[in-house]
Parts: sequence; structure tokens; C-alpha cells
Amino acid sequence: MLLKELSEAFGVSGHEDAVRQLILNTVRDSVDEHRVDALGNLIALKKGDGPSRRKVMIAAHMDEVGLMIVHIEKEGWLRFQPVGAIDDRILLAKRVLIGDNHLPGVIGVAPIHLLDYKARNQVPKRKDLSIDIGVSSKEDAERKVKPGDYAAFDIAYAELGGQLRTAKGKAFDDRAGCAVLIELLRDRYPFDLHAVFTVQEEIGARGARVAAHAIAPDVAFVLEGTICDDMPKKRDVSPTTDLGAGPAITLMDRSMIADQRLVRLLADTAEKRTIPHQFKQPGRGSTDAGAIHLSREGAPSAVVSVPVRNLHAPVSLLSLKDLNDTVRLMRESLYQLTELDLSR
Amino acid sequence: MQVKDLLKRLSEAEGASGYEAAVRDLVRQEFAQYVDEIRTDSMGNLIALKRGQVAEQSPRRSIMLAGHMDEIGLLVTKLEKGFIRFSTIGGFDLRVLPGQEVTVHGRTDLPGVIGMRPPHVLEKAARDKVVPLDELFVDVGLAESELGSHVRVGDIITLQRPFAELANDLVSGKAFDNRAALVCIAGCLEHLTAMRHTWDVHAVATVQEEVGLKGALTSAFGIGPDVGIALDVTHGNMPGVSEVDTVKIGEGPAIGFGPNIHPLMFSRLVQAANTFEIVHQTEPIPTHSGTDAWAIQVTRAGIPTAVVSIPLRYMHTTVETLALTDLRRTSRLLAVFIANLDEKFAQQLGLEQLNA
Amino acid sequence: MKELIKELTEAFGPSGNEDAVRQLIHNRISEHVDQVRVDSLGNLIALKGRNAESDVEPHKIMLAAHMDEIGVIVSYIDEKAFMRFAAVGGVRALHLLGSRVVFADGTIGVIGREKPMEKTEFPTIDKMYIDVGAPDKKQLTRKVGDLGAFMRPFADMGQRMTAKAFDDRIGCAVLVQTLIDLKTTPHDVYCVFTVQEEVGLRGALTSAFGVEPDVAIAVDVTITGDTPEAHPMAVSLGDGPAIKVKDGGMLAHPGVKNWMVETAERLELPYQLEVLEGGTTDAMAIQTSRAGVAAGVLSIPCRYVHSPSEMVDYGDVQNAVHLLVGLLSGPVSI
Repeated sequence: MLLKELSEAFGVSGHEDAVRQLILNTVRDSVDEHRVDALGNLIALKKGDGPSRRKVMIAAHMDEVGLMIVHIEKEGWLRFQPVGAIDDRILLAKRVLIGDNHLPGVIGVAPIHLLDYKARNQVPKRKDLSIDIGVSSKEDAERKVKPGDYAAFDIAYAELGGQLRTAKGKAFDDRAGCAVLIELLRDRYPFDLHAVFTVQEEIGARGARVAAHAIAPDVAFVLEGTICDDMPKKRDVSPTTDLGAGPAITLMDRSMIADQRLVRLLADTAEKRTIPHQFKQPGRGSTDAGAIHLSREGAPSAVVSVPVRNLHAPVSLLSLKDLNDTVRLMRESLYQLTELDLSR
Repeated sequence: MQVKDLLKRLSEAEGASGYEAAVRDLVRQEFAQYVDEIRTDSMGNLIALKRGQVAEQSPRRSIMLAGHMDEIGLLVTKLEKGFIRFSTIGGFDLRVLPGQEVTVHGRTDLPGVIGMRPPHVLEKAARDKVVPLDELFVDVGLAESELGSHVRVGDIITLQRPFAELANDLVSGKAFDNRAALVCIAGCLEHLTAMRHTWDVHAVATVQEEVGLKGALTSAFGIGPDVGIALDVTHGNMPGVSEVDTVKIGEGPAIGFGPNIHPLMFSRLVQAANTFEIVHQTEPIPTHSGTDAWAIQVTRAGIPTAVVSIPLRYMHTTVETLALTDLRRTSRLLAVFIANLDEKFAQQLGLEQLNA
Repeated sequence: MKELIKELTEAFGPSGNEDAVRQLIHNRISEHVDQVRVDSLGNLIALKGRNAESDVEPHKIMLAAHMDEIGVIVSYIDEKAFMRFAAVGGVRALHLLGSRVVFADGTIGVIGREKPMEKTEFPTIDKMYIDVGAPDKKQLTRKVGDLGAFMRPFADMGQRMTAKAFDDRIGCAVLVQTLIDLKTTPHDVYCVFTVQEEVGLRGALTSAFGVEPDVAIAVDVTITGDTPEAHPMAVSLGDGPAIKVKDGGMLAHPGVKNWMVETAERLELPYQLEVLEGGTTDAMAIQTSRAGVAAGVLSIPCRYVHSPSEMVDYGDVQNAVHLLVGLLSGPVSI
């Protein structure tokens, strides 16, 4: 699986080009048709080899949260704003790569030696932070970057091994989902499969919305990397999902109530084929399915996710075992899909 | 077309979100001089079509220009002891309301003022706080017994501020957000009457942008254009606001860049500005552009969109200020961009071969 | 009509699980409409086609009332079978204290609360749990994902009534009664009983896309300003159904609003004008469907909205039905 390349590829919401190219090169021979739409979604069709007239859409988003350079100070520091939801506190003392040339920069912090007690205990405001690319004047900076350039975290992928076969890297939300979808495209199913690698999920499921309108699917699945909040904490009422407990099936999140029949299909398939699985804690997060299930006259939808620790932070963690189990669960469920009655 | 005169007339007209009729009439009169067809849709959007001159076998392409007609406003929520309680339509800075003159559109138009208790009777601590909405009242000077026959719950209240000229061709007034954009679109249409263009132009004066981009959403769905440009205002340099968050007044339209803008639309606009030596700036927009473009971009199967903004100071107050020269530059930029749209660009954008 | 209202309010139907309500409504309207269908999200769409011989210009009119109510969803179960939950729709923690919830199969749960850190701590949902009285997790038949609704019987107070879920079962009741009372109409009337309004107007979005109406009126509740130290608001219980001008999500189409006002005045029905500062209805979603729909709202004034004891005035409800029948019987003038 090319999770490493996917994770290290650069694709902040609005500029997913590099990820799209990587995915296209990988799936080109697995699909029958592909196109890129007005927002940059990569829409691929794998025709069915069976009699089913059902149109199935499966989506995974290519974009990651990141930053955009908005201003260059006269000393050459770069001011930025977030693209997607980022907790300001994870920005301190991190390295980023800027623009298509991957120019390195650092988000510096005043050293504690020079701060009084009060300042040391305060969260610096994001608008007071800046990126240092090593120049000392605006003119020098303008030779290398410009306002509008995107910046992503500079994190190398690595496998950490162990029983859970964990891996660390950036953007597992949702390169993990992309990896699963790429694997699924190796097979042919009894129905037409519209695989959509969407853009701009992190700023409002915008790619998914237009792709769903264009495809008008009968049923849809979304593959995500989702919250895994299993660190020890004072009041542990739920980790949302557990690392190593398998693909997480969504019952209800903030954007969607999953179609109960699809949830049953997934759960039953997991039981029958002995695939570890869990239910994501209801009420948390939102996905492309929020837009897809309400497209046109509605499409029954479900979400299956790989648990990811440290979502929306530079270094995320997942279990490759979970990832493989997600592929297995989806593949087996898709083969059962033609039998499923979705009428009312 | 007299830019200053048109802006003055549009600015002084009254059109709160949902109640844009007076502005629509003015815009209709203005656009009608330059276009082939005009209609109003069910939401109240004014849609003007200027057809391009396209060769026999070539596909018909279209561009939608959107500028919203509505302004933020107020409406009556309750009558109490001869005074009028009100609520807001769109994003208001409550701090600017005390002492503001208004018109209450009741059975007739009534001049009024948002009252303010004098300092003599207020505690010192109260004077440091923003007057909350439930302590603000409109006073039209009528007695409690007669108020009810002139005003009812739901009546619209608009802010009053006559247009003013400042130095250096800067002007100030209310509702430049977004009447200024309509002036630019009118100017663009006027330029186009003297230019050849192959793409159809749907110039839309949209409604209800301030309350959720609603007119843009529905008009874009109805028209189904190939590309779209939203014209709006953006923050121009002003005292008390960091340079990071503003563009410069008097340095031309700001061409937006970011997820809400198709990169090829951006580059082609910049190219047009450079080729025709139109003074302009660029503006990074990390996510939501805050304009009709956010809605247009995700209509139907998606539309390549751009955002072109007029630098404006003191947005959403009655002393909005801009440079007339920026309006003239914006009109020209739009016109040359449109005149240079061709089938090759349609291919680059990946638009469907034939129009459905 | 009170019997219909009682049956509807007591039915189980939190967002996403409206089957029982849909069945009830279907049974009540099937002989009064020409066609009924259920769409993929679960909306019940009933058509009463035009049956009047007249030269009135026919319109496709969509009426909408939502079947779902706010509720809770089980999110985590501990070893002792205490169940943590999340809100489904705008449930306020204050209303949960001491409340009972009921699940689809009739199981009853009581809402408990952790000991507060300080006496003045404001209750929050994350510090509450549902207790169904099971000795331990093994003996529990409930699971993560189960939906619960407030448990509260309908009470007839005479002129007024109280129950849970008047939001928006009262709207559903008004539409059902309208279908029963409407004998002739020159229009194609689509009564849509929507799903999942409380979690984002979702059913209205998809049903409007499918129906493609020219005109739409949502029937939902609105709050009142007539209780002690209430937020100032000009709507009062008993002064008639409210014709909406604006709410937190939309501005009513002025033409639709005026049509409703003129019709009420012509039929000498009481009505009030409404500006609601927070909250919205299905009409918001319908209004921006496709190329736009002229949309308005007819509101039933209701005290204590989203609490287990909402209260409406029976006269307001009946007058709402009269007004709708009057509107649908004649020409649309917007």
C-alpha cells in the first residue's frame, strides 16, 4: 500500500493537485474512465461485471488541513491563516513546507528564558505567530514565496511496528481513506463503482457536494480517518474509537445519520467474516457523507473509518492492521450490496 | 455612465435583504441599456443577459457575474410604549447604532432615530459597555396610541446616510457593500457594448447575500453558467486594523486566491490585468470568501469561480468608504476578461464539449 | 382533533427514527389523498391533486411539517450498565434533569447526573447518564446507537394543551386535518411530512428537490413572549396562528406572507406577525432548493419549546387549519 507516498504528498484544501496526480498514476490502470471536475475532484468509474443497475459511490478526501501564507512582514517573517480546523496550540515550534517547491520554514516561539511567568503560561495567539524561512527582508522573501502559497506540516512517514503495526505520518485524515479506496479499486464488483477522491472536505465537504450531484448515486460510502481519542484522561467516557479495534462504523455524527440498513450490512458482514470492527461514538465529527446523503433527492449513505490518533495535528498515528481490516470489511460488504433492499 | 452618480443613487436606495425591490428597479433601469434580456426570478434576483457573438458551429459558453443588491437592515419585532423594538437582518455591529438615523417602512415611510440615554443618567460603568440589542429602540416621535396604526411587527427599517465626497476621489456612504459591485457590473456591461465577446454574460444582481448567499445559490442553479465571478467588497487599509488583514484603497480590484477560486480563473484574471495594464492587487483567501462565490462554486456539478473585490473601509457601517478609481478599474478588468474568453479556455477548464 | 394530536405527540420519533409517526400519519391520511410515497430519507410525501374546475391558475404547493422530535442517542455503556448519551437535535441539559426517556421498544430510562464540582455548576449533558435499571452490562438489551425520546403523556387543559413534541407534531396534526377538511382545490398540494428537521432540515432539503414546488409553506411552532420576564417577542398564545416575517434562518417571501395575511383578513381569522430571533424551520431549506421557491411559514405559538411540556392553544391550532384550507382553496396571489 502506498500510504507513505500518500501521507507525504502535499494537498492542503484548495490545492490537492499533487495528491490527485499521485492517486491518478496509481489507479489509472484499475479503472475504466476518469475525469477531474470543476473543483478538482478525481472521479473514476469502474464498470460492474454483473447485472446490477445500482450506482455506488465511494468517496475519500484528498485534502489535509494546513496553512496559507497571507502576508509578508518587512523583516521577511510570513504571517499565515489556517485552512481547516487547527488547534493553535499544535503550531508552536513546528516545521512546515511551503508552496510547490516545498520551501522549508519554521514556526518559532520566543524562548522561555526570555519570558516572564505569565507569558509562559499563555497560549500565543495564532495571529502573533509567523513562519521563518531564513530570510531577513521582505524583498528576499518575495523571491521565494508569495501570499496565497499553501503550507503543510513537514513530517516523514514511518512504521513503528508492534502488535498493532502502527504507522506515523501526517494527514492520515484522510490519506488512510484514499489508501483503502485505491485497494478496493483493484477488484471489480457486480455494479458500477464511482470512486471519488474529493477535494475541500476539511472546509465543508465542498468537493463531495458537487460530485454527488453529478453522479446521483443510489447508495454511497465514505472512507475516513477518524477521531481516536484513547489517551488516558481524567474522565474517560469514551475514546470515540479505539486503535486496533478495527474499522469504525458511524451510527450518527454531526453531519449525518447513517442509513440503518447499510450499518446492519456492515456489522453483519463483519460478524460473518470475523473482521474486527467497532462503532464510532455517536455525535462526533462530520464527513463528506453529510453532503452526499442530502444530494438531490437523497442517497442512503454510510461511513467507515480507520481510527487515527492526533487528528488535525502534525503527527497522526494509525494501525496498519485496522487499515487492512477496513479494506476487508468494505470489500466483503460491497459483494453483499446487490442483495440489499434499499426501497422504502 | 457616471460612476459617482450611479453609486450615489444606488447607495441611497433602500434594499434590506428580502426587500430589495427599490434597488432592483434602479438596477434594472441601469442594466437594461446594455443587455438583450432582463428577468426577475422567484427569489427576486435580477438576471440580465447580454449575448455573445459566437460562430455557427461553436458551443455557446456563459459567464455569470454576481453582485448582491441587498444591504444589512433592521426589522420591527415589537411595539412598546410608543417605541419600536427591532432585530437585525444580516451582520450588524451594534455599536454603531446608537444615534443613527433610520427610516421605518410602515404604512408610510417614517423618519426615526435610534435613541441613546444621556450620560447624565447612566452609571459610569454602563458607559463602558456596548448597548445590547434589547436596550435599543427606534423612536419615530409618535404617541403610543397612534404608533400601532402606522407600524407593525415585521416592518423593515433601513439606515439613513446621504452620500458624501471626501478628498482624492474617495467617497463615503451606506451600502457600498455591495452597491459598488453593481456599479462595476454596469460599467463592465457598458464597456462590452463596444467590444466583441463570444461568451454570453449573465449579469445577476442577487438577493439575500447578507443572510446566507441565497440569491446566488438559486440563480446559479437556474442559469447553470460555465464559470462565475462574484463581485464584492473587501477590507481596505484603515486605522486600527492590521495590514495583514487588508488590501489597499486606491490600488485597484483585489483578485482573490484560495480554495473558493479556480486557479485558472485567478491566473487568467491576473493575466488580463497585466496585459491591459489595469492596476490591481491579489488577495489570499484561505477558506470561505464571504461572497456569493462560496455558493456559486458548489452549485450543481460545480462551477469554476473567481472573486474580485473592491477595497472598502468600515464595512457594514453607514460610513463605508472607497475610491472611485477602484470602481473604474474593476469595470475595465471585467470587460477585458470577458472579451478575451474563448473556447481554448473552456478546454483548459475541462468544460463539457457541448452545452447540455 | 385533540385525539389526533394526542396520538401524534405520544408517538416515538426522534430524528432518524420516525417510522412510528410516519405509519400513524399514513393511516390517517390515505383515504384523503390521491398518492402517497416515501422517499429514500424517509419523508412521507402525499399528493392531493387539483380537483376543482376553475380558471384559477394552478400551482404546485408544498406544505411541510416535520415528524421528528429531539431526543438522545446512547454513546457509551459502562460495566454497570449506565449509559452515556449525546443530544439528537437541540436538547437542553436543563430539561433532562429528573426526566424519563423511552426507547423504541418501550424500555424506560431515568436521567441521572454526576455530583457537581460546585453547588452552582451548570448541568451539562456530558455529566449525565441514562439508568434503565439493569443490574449490569451483560443483562442490558440496549446498545450504543439506540435512540431515546422524552417520555411525557399528553394533557388536555381545556383551551390549552401540553405535551412533548408539539414541535412539530402539532404541525403534522394541522396538515393532517387540512387534508381531511380540504374538499376542493385548484392546486396540486403536496403535504410533506419530513424527517430529520431537528438535526439540520435534512428531509426538507431532499423532498423539496424531488417535489419542485412553486410555493411552499412550512407549519412549525414558534416561541412566545407572553410569559414572565420573557425575551421580548410579539407573539402570544391564543392570539391566532403566526405568519412569519423572519426567523434565524430565513426571510419569508413577502408575497407569500402578504397572501397569508390578506387571506386571514378576508376570512376574518385571527393571526399575528412573527419575527423569531433564534431558530428556523424546514422552509429555510425549501426556499433555496434548485432555482428557488417562494416560501413562507405558518407558525403555531408554543410556550416552553424543546422542553418535555410544550404548550399550545387549541384555538390557534384550529385557526391554522382554517387558514390553510382557505389558502389552498383559492388562487395564489404572491
